Parts: sequence; structure tokens; C-alpha cells
Amino acid sequence: MNFVASIGLEVHVQLKTRSKMFCGCAVEFGAGPNEHTCPVCLGLPGALPVMNHEALRLTLLTGLMLDCEIAPLSKFDRKNYFYPDMPKNYQISQYDLPLCANGRVPLHERAYPSDARGKIDKSVPLARIHLEEDVAKSFHFETTTGIDFNRAGTPLMEIVTQPEIHSPDEAFAFLASLKQILIQGGVSDADMEKGQLRCDCNVSVRPKSRAELGAKIEIKNMNSISGVRRALAFELDRQVHLLERGEKLEQETRGWSDERGETFLMRTKESAHDYRYFPDPDLVPVKTDSLVAEVRSRVPELPAAKRARFVEQYQITDYDAAVLANDVDLARYFESAAQGATKPKQIANWILNDLQSALSAANKTINDCAIPPEALRELVGLIDSGRISGKQAKDVFADMFASGKSAGEVVRTKGIEQLSDTAALEKMCDEVITANPKPAADFKAGNAASLNFLTGQVMKLSKGKANPQLVGEILQRKLK
Amino acid sequence: MDVEYVARLARIGLTSEENALFQKQLGQVLRYIDKLKEADISGVESSAHAVPMFNVLREDEPRPGLTVEEALSNAPRQANNLFIVPKVVE
Ligand SMILES: [Zn+2]
Repeated sequence: MNFVASIGLEVHVQLKTRSKMFCGCAVEFGAGPNEHTCPVCLGLPGALPVMNHEALRLTLLTGLMLDCEIAPLSKFDRKNYFYPDMPKNYQISQYDLPLCANGRVPLHERAYPSDARGKIDKSVPLARIHLEEDVAKSFHFETTTGIDFNRAGTPLMEIVTQPEIHSPDEAFAFLASLKQILIQGGVSDADMEKGQLRCDCNVSVRPKSRAELGAKIEIKNMNSISGVRRALAFELDRQVHLLERGEKLEQETRGWSDERGETFLMRTKESAHDYRYFPDPDLVPVKTDSLVAEVRSRVPELPAAKRARFVEQYQITDYDAAVLANDVDLARYFESAAQGATKPKQIANWILNDLQSALSAANKTINDCAIPPEALRELVGLIDSGRISGKQAKDVFADMFASGKSAGEVVRTKGIEQLSDTAALEKMCDEVITANPKPAADFKAGNAASLNFLTGQVMKLSKGKANPQLVGEILQRKLK
Repeated sequence: MDVEYVARLARIGLTSEENALFQKQLGQVLRYIDKLKEADISGVESSAHAVPMFNVLREDEPRPGLTVEEALSNAPRQANNLFIVPKVVE
């Protein structure tokens, strides 16, 4: 392609607070319409906003996690526009003194879509992070619109990237990586389908030979990370086709229809908003130093650091560590399972292979997995001590996954314990050698393959319970 | 200043007479405000607010607000506990 795409994202994040941004109304998902309102969030005359301490903390925590510069002094501004979801006719937001500036989100190569692999060690630079209030929820009916103010005034953090994302896959990886960091920090549950994470994209395309960015086209209304990827792919394609036909692109805002799989025009540059920002006189400025101090201890171990520690502490491969560390829940599961385990590497293997595929087949997540971490550790211990074979372990695992029983319990009830009692095994080996004099003689004469046959006979005799490795050793000793 | 544009932003419809009148009056107001530019502010630190006050915060504790009935009592129209307004399309 002779075109370069420049994509910038504006990500809105619902913060995990118990009350709204500027009033004490509860933040509760799934409450009945207009159950959580007050004069402040309804925009009634004379009501005065007061900032939520925790919302400021969570925004600053995000800034610390994403390597931002924290503004020593920050303030809130009014963004003016008329829309029934914002009855004050302005939204309290931040204009020229946002809480955080710059920073970056490292993209983990495992955060890319599974059918695409991206560049390793890329990170997306951020422009800023600011805090604002969310608007009410609108329900569009045939001839009217209904408004529910429960969401109005809830804290909303906006993360704005530089236009330095260059493909739909990178945008996908950015959102997946950011989501993990937000969850890890306890900042937000960041579920896009629940609207806790919302994203607008600014896309522009320019010929490779030109340095300045093309017309900025904004896309709205995507409600999943894969939706963002598809919308961007569609939009880039559309823009490139237009440019190739010699048409000129103009700044505009487009919507995304997931069902139709296409973007559509919402408004052109002429009708772009003029928000006339000015400082909100109802709110005094914020000095951030004491707030940053309060939040420093809450900075969690981030995926990159966790990955390095996993390699070091558990001697697992960098690849395995990357997959585990990039998923908060998977990482937590692995660490509890690996605690005190002699072979953490085996545990990682079981999680990443058998457990992951069983979970996806059963359409479950690690959080509702029937096998607790300790049970998986026990299973790996049973294999390691030779009580069950690797092959038997697969059956035991399947049973554990279905029934939630412990490894020991499954082994006992199924009677699939591996026979490692050497005295018993010696006896069986003697029996097999006596019954098969020819293969025994062949092995003695140097035919190594005969050992497999003899081992197989012992396995048969033991009804598959014998420890094959031990059997091999005993046979070899006896046939020297 | 473009009175017509500002009026449009404020969703106010003005007659051409009103337009001319406000153009004149608002011009006077702005000129008056411009007097501030004459003040010597060298050595005065710029501030983000008129009062020297910072970090007026509220702890993150929910507390009861209005009942649904109270919230909707001024609504020109309502249905199913929603405020009903003319249809809006983004
Ligand atoms: Zn409220």
C-alpha cells in the first residue's frame, strides 16, 4: 500500500467509584431509571458541584501506571453544548490543565488479535488524560427520546493517544493492553460491552510521499475491541479507495454500524461543535502532590514487570510468561497454582494448553473454572512423583474439569493410580521375560526395538497402570 | 465579535435590530473589560481561580439524593420513569 494510516484514539473509561463525580449519588449498574439523581447531576439551578476525592486518585493512579507527567496544578472547565443528556448545557471537563500529560501504553505482542501478530516492543504515546463527568443515557423511541440521569455526572476518565497507531491490529492491541492495565490497577472494570470503556477513533490516511496528516475523520459508536478493529479496517479501505480515485477527503464524523459492517456519515466539518471552554468558577483548582502521594502505593505490578519476574522466579519461557502476565486473572491463577510447586513450568504448560482449551471449549473464563489452582498443582505433583502417567493425567484432568473433584479424589475413585511399586513391577517383568523368550533374546543380541514390545507386554499385564519408565529400566537391567 | 454566531451558539434567535443593538452594547462591554489590560500585573502570579483555595474534595461516599418522583416532578413529560423530550438524533 502506498498510503500511511494515522490513528488516534480517545478512550473514555468509567472509573470504579461508589459515588458520582461532583455529587454523592450512588453509581450503580442496573438501577431503575432516574433512581440516582440529585439537584447537582440534574443540573438544577443553584446546585454546586464538589469533586470526588477517589476519582481524582484513580485518574492520577492511571497517570502513574502509564508513565505520564502529572500536572502539579489542574483545574476543571465547562464545555458548552446543548443536548438533553446534559441539562446544565455544559459538561464539566478539563481543557488546558488536564491531570496527566504524555505517557504511553506498551503493546504486548500477545495483545494483538489471534490472527495477527504485531511488532514487539511498540508502545503508543499518549497526549493526555483528563477527568470529566459522564452524560445521561438516552433511549430513542419512535417519536420521542427518553432520558435516564443515573449515569449523568458519574466520573469519566478520558485517555487521548497521539495519532501514532498505524493499523487496525495495533488499535486492537492498544485497547487490549490498556484494558489489562486499568483492570490491574483497580481503576475500572473496563468492559467495553457494558460501556465501561468507550472509544472514538480519529483516522487519517495520507500518501507515503506526503509528510502532513490527511483529513481527520472521526468514528464513533463502536462497542467492542474487535468492533474497533473492523470499523478501522473498513474506514481505511474506504478512504484509500476515495484517494485513489482522486477524491478529496474532508474532516467529518462518522458512525459505525456493527450489523452492516460499515461506517456512515454523521456530521460534516461545517456542523462541528464550538464548545467555548472556560474555567468552571464553581470548582477550585487541584494541587496534585498530596493526591499523588496517597496513590503511589497503589501502583500495581504491570504486565511487563510481571512477565520478567515470572521468567526469573518460575523459570518459565518468556513466551509463556508473556501470555500469563498479560491477563490479570490468568496470572493470579498461575501464581496460586505455582506456589510451592516443584515444577512451575509444568503448571504453566497445563494452564496454557489443556486448561485454556478446555475453558474455551466450555465457553468459560478462568474465574469460573471448576479446577482450583491448588488442584492443578496437586495434579502436576502426581505426575511428577510418578503416581500417574502423563497420559492418565489427561483423563484425570478432564474429570476434574467436569466434576470439580480434586486430583487425588479422581485418581482414587477411578483406580487409575500408576503402579510404581518396584517389587510388583519386577515380578511382572520376570513373568513377561519368561513368556517371551525370543524378544528377550533379541534385545540381549542388540535389537533395541524389542524392549518396546516387552514394555508393552508389562503394561498390558498391569492393565496400563505400570509406570512405563520404571518398567523400561527394570527390563534393561534384567536383560543385560 | 460576531453577535450572530454567538447567538447561534446560545440558541437565541435575534432580529436584525436586536443584532445591531447587541453588537453595539457587547462591544462596549468588551472595551470596558479591556481596561484590565492596562493594569500592571508584572510580579503577579497567574492563578486558575479567583480565590486562593485548592482541593475542595468530597470522600467517595454515596448518599441519598432525590426520589424518582421528586426527580421527575418538573419534567414536562415523562413515561416509565424517564424524562421524555422531543426526539433527538446524533
Ligand atoms: Zn447527583
